[in-house]
Amino acid sequence: MDPDLLIRLILLLPLSGAVINGIAPLFLSQFRTRETLLGTIGTAVVAVPFLLTLFLFLSYGGDPIVADFYTWMAAGDLDLRFAYRIDALSLLMTLVVTGVGGIIHLYSIGYMHGDEGYWRFFAYLNLFIFAMLNLVLANNLPVLFLGWEGVGLCSYLLIGFWYTDPSNSTAANKAFIVNRIGDFAFLVAMFLLFRELGALSFDVILSQGPQLSTATLNWIVLLLFIGATGKSAQIPLFVWLPDAMAGPTPVSALIHAATMVTSGLYLLARLSAVVLSAPTVMAIIGITGAVTALMAATIAIAQTDIKRVLAYSTVSQLGYMFMAAGVGAFFVAIFHVVTHAFFKACLFLGSGSVIHGMEEVEHELKEEGHDVSDFDPQDMRTMGGLKRYMPSTRWTYLLATIAISGIPLTAGFFSKDEILFKAFEFGYAGHGYAWAVWGVGVITALLTAFYMMRSYMLTFEGEPRWRAPDRYEPHESPSSMTIPLWTLGVLSLIGGFIGLPAVIKGGKWNWIHHYLGAEYGGPVAEASIHTHVPLALEWGLIGLSSVIAIGTVYYTWSVYSTQGLAFDDRLARNFAGVYQTWKDKYYWDDFYNDVVVHTVIHGVGRKSFAAFDTHIVDGTVNGIARLAQRASALLRLTQTGIVQNYALGLVLGVALIIGIMLFGI
Amino acid sequence: MDIPFLTSLVIFLPTAGALLTLLMRSVTGIRWTALVTTTLTFVLSVGLFVGYDPAVSTAITPQLADMSSAWFPDSLDVKYHVGIDGLSLLLVMLTTLLGPIVVLSSWTYIDEKQKGYYTLFLILQTGITGVFTSFDLFLFYIFFEVTLIPMYFIIGIWGGADRIYAAVKFVIYTLVGSLLMLVAILFLGYEAGTAVNNGVFTTDWYKLLEYNVPLAQQGWLFGLFALSFAIKVPLFPLHTWLPDAHVQAPTGGSVILAGVLLKMGTYGLLRFCLPLFPNAAQSSALLFGILAVIGIIYAALVARVQEDAKSLVAYSSVSHLGFVVLGLFAFTTEAMQGAVIQMVNHGLSTGALFLLLGMLYERRHTRLMDDYGGLANSVPVLTTLMIFSVLASAGLPGLNGFVGEFMILLGSFKSTVLSAPWLVVLAATGVILAAVYLLHMVYRTFFGELDQTANAEMVDVNGREFLLMVPLVVLMIVMGFFPNPFLRQTKPTTEFLLNTIEEKRAAALEQAESKPSTATVPLAPPETETVSIDPEDLTLTPQ
Repeated sequence: MDPDLLIRLILLLPLSGAVINGIAPLFLSQFRTRETLLGTIGTAVVAVPFLLTLFLFLSYGGDPIVADFYTWMAAGDLDLRFAYRIDALSLLMTLVVTGVGGIIHLYSIGYMHGDEGYWRFFAYLNLFIFAMLNLVLANNLPVLFLGWEGVGLCSYLLIGFWYTDPSNSTAANKAFIVNRIGDFAFLVAMFLLFRELGALSFDVILSQGPQLSTATLNWIVLLLFIGATGKSAQIPLFVWLPDAMAGPTPVSALIHAATMVTSGLYLLARLSAVVLSAPTVMAIIGITGAVTALMAATIAIAQTDIKRVLAYSTVSQLGYMFMAAGVGAFFVAIFHVVTHAFFKACLFLGSGSVIHGMEEVEHELKEEGHDVSDFDPQDMRTMGGLKRYMPSTRWTYLLATIAISGIPLTAGFFSKDEILFKAFEFGYAGHGYAWAVWGVGVITALLTAFYMMRSYMLTFEGEPRWRAPDRYEPHESPSSMTIPLWTLGVLSLIGGFIGLPAVIKGGKWNWIHHYLGAEYGGPVAEASIHTHVPLALEWGLIGLSSVIAIGTVYYTWSVYSTQGLAFDDRLARNFAGVYQTWKDKYYWDDFYNDVVVHTVIHGVGRKSFAAFDTHIVDGTVNGIARLAQRASALLRLTQTGIVQNYALGLVLGVALIIGIMLFGI
Repeated sequence: MDIPFLTSLVIFLPTAGALLTLLMRSVTGIRWTALVTTTLTFVLSVGLFVGYDPAVSTAITPQLADMSSAWFPDSLDVKYHVGIDGLSLLLVMLTTLLGPIVVLSSWTYIDEKQKGYYTLFLILQTGITGVFTSFDLFLFYIFFEVTLIPMYFIIGIWGGADRIYAAVKFVIYTLVGSLLMLVAILFLGYEAGTAVNNGVFTTDWYKLLEYNVPLAQQGWLFGLFALSFAIKVPLFPLHTWLPDAHVQAPTGGSVILAGVLLKMGTYGLLRFCLPLFPNAAQSSALLFGILAVIGIIYAALVARVQEDAKSLVAYSSVSHLGFVVLGLFAFTTEAMQGAVIQMVNHGLSTGALFLLLGMLYERRHTRLMDDYGGLANSVPVLTTLMIFSVLASAGLPGLNGFVGEFMILLGSFKSTVLSAPWLVVLAATGVILAAVYLLHMVYRTFFGELDQTANAEMVDVNGREFLLMVPLVVLMIVMGFFPNPFLRQTKPTTEFLLNTIEEKRAAALEQAESKPSTATVPLAPPETETVSIDPEDLTLTPQ
């Protein structure tokens, strides 16, 4: 089949789904309850593109294909086209987006059952896929930016999906605006690139970009990185992501874990050749990633809302990906993007299944007249022992948990270990900051295993902690939800085999490296390393990671299975100095709310801007008007209506003119 | 099919309609006359779009031109000279498109003195179309002033509580500017007449282009012209008439005001200020750039703290037009084409916002955001339309607003005349701020709990209201994804203007160096293709 046509279909099918699901039920309310129809359309327009992408993927020969459709805008030097690029990187990303996306659409059919906005939900979700595909398939920065802002829009619409609750809408606004701060930097990077290169297509940027002066390159890469911190939730722009969990859980899985938030990494990987030419900024990227990873992991330890744990976990894992980018291992960042998509989507969908069950309990309690005002279906403190009610959810959640914890041979083990190894290797090769990145990565790995295992233990193990669990039982979710869970659970287990480490067969079995790496003809460049780590040391590092993962998982399992929730209190006591800081998320939100929103906008803004415009700027205008009024009032005094006065004026005037003529003033 | 006098027909058909409404007795008759006239005008203007060929040069005469010198004595070379070039075309189309939309939006909104309203409105349309098609400066000035009176009455009679204050402020503000411009026009006409028109006073645009204004005079002439247009745009700090006018004006008035009336300012800058006084324009480029960027940021911040939704959108206009002014003073092709397309785009999206706010006002008779909340529950279609327009206005890629802003910023960043990338970076923060104030409005008005019964009982858009929004929404998507067919139309004219500016700038400098008198340097003869030219029009003054 013609790749041009395939690309068209892959892009336009989700868009058509969005249009159908969005427009028909908006005007014809009888369609709003046709859940099967809406859900099937919504899922099919993602599943079919997945199959088409699979076909492209299998038949891909290794040479990039550019599908150039039409001119978007042209003026002067600017010749901007709607052009898309099929290469190893975009194919892999498209597979993840449509594959994991399709699974999550399927899950949503059951999850959103009965919701008034069922149709809107699928319309937004389809629109998201369309935007995301633009992002990963674009052949120039502005088309990528179209997708970039498009996913931001869908994220906004879906976080505020239940708009009746003002806090959801606030979270949505926050997400959009914080993202826009990043987008602003992205825009400026494009202006710079355009001024220097006169073009914005990847072919030009990748071939001519690295030759630019160091100062220019540093600015460009730094600005792109700031753009990436917005979308991919890194310090200081990560603050929107935890709040974004206000959206329905499939949204958290798809947008705020598996796909959209990884687009910053995609951007850096796509432009890896340029990023590598700015080593100073790479250090900033690596260190920012490390600090973010550590910070978010410590926050996750002290959270009790299951989705918040996962949200901070996502921030932390994204930090790992930036660590990889910061040490020049872009393909490893993408590797972690893929495995993270599997296990984090599985965890979020699992939490959604749990929340469903707990809402059932809440509903039953309410039916029988209990006070449920303090019942929070997302609070792990009211859960416990769910494994006996929800076996599929439990097993898949456990699989994903051990994967993210880095238990050997799981997906997370391979990808995270590769990141740590690359950081170590980069440090070994003489880049000092990489040691720090590596060290922080190892500590964060330990914390990750701990907080994830904690969330599993508090949710599924032990005894139920809600009121009268023998009377009010949650139930396992329907198969439309458990099938996606199992699919992702199994992928979390085996997905790592696409990137076996260098110690095995000298790296020959590292498929993803061979597929993406520039040294094998792929699109992703890599920092060149001249000093290699000895094989024995490499094995030693793998051993260290394994010991940390297994040891921490075992330790967490043993303390929480014996002490349960009480261990949280012990943590709070033992880490009295920092625990509250973790619980309060290092006060980032307070800073944004009190300083930025409250003081700047409400305090200074309302008082000064509006007043300034009314009193100073407009006041000047009205002042001039009053002045003119007074002046004319004075002038009016001369209009006496007495003819003699006018005659006198006339005479004086003539005398004045004659005087001027005579004396030649 | 060739329609004779097409341009003049598009200009004066609304006036004919206005006369017809005067004869009508019933309100229905008046409304339908207005609707049919404006619709017909729009259909005719499509003929302009089809008839205009960007491949044919407009360097010595506009296309589809009508000219007559009958109305002025021969001792003055002032002509009725109208026509179309790449700069006029889209703005004329926007004007004629908004015509029927405004009539439809006023259908029930205007519930008294309908005859006067529609008559004035139709005359207003003639004035605006005339402004965009005049190739004679004096004619331009007349049309420019003609727009003032109907707008004054529309605000003053059908406006809100403070309508008189707003109307008077609007008129005085604009009049001050335009009277000063008149002085400049008279002076320029005589000077140019002496230099290039055998001593006959001239205001013909092409003849004025031949005349190189001496450097010493460029400064104050540019100043007077620019002041008048800057008030119209409005450029910070001359903007305070706008929020008052917008808030008080009826919906139709606001739509026309934001949609096309303000564009007369930016259009005037581009048509007259930049090419006639290129040296002065370029040396004050940074000043205008700074004022534009202050406007972008400052108006956005003021917009954020408004309580009145209409006032918020009014300030957003000031912010958005800052981008246009910045683009004009960048003197690059990218930015200038971006500015032209942004004029149209702003008309579409801000027009849509005012229309939707008008629908809310018609239902609830309040503009305060506090009085709304949760409307997404009761009026889903209106909410969808509003979010759509807000996104277009906030410059979301894929919708129209992005195209202009992106090209303006891209072109201004590389501008060697401005040579101030930092300024463009500041301007780009407008992208963040637009999201801040617009989403804030959506949040306060449409989301949250539906806690007031009057809001809960609100009915969604009816067929007429939906119909009038459709063309705007469709165009927002079309111009977002397919802006190039439109950019192609404006391309030759912007390139011609930029070349002319550069040539004249160099010529004026040369002239100043050789001798400080008013010698003329003729323009390089433009490549003519199949244009028929009035020989009179071609008389260049011998050196």
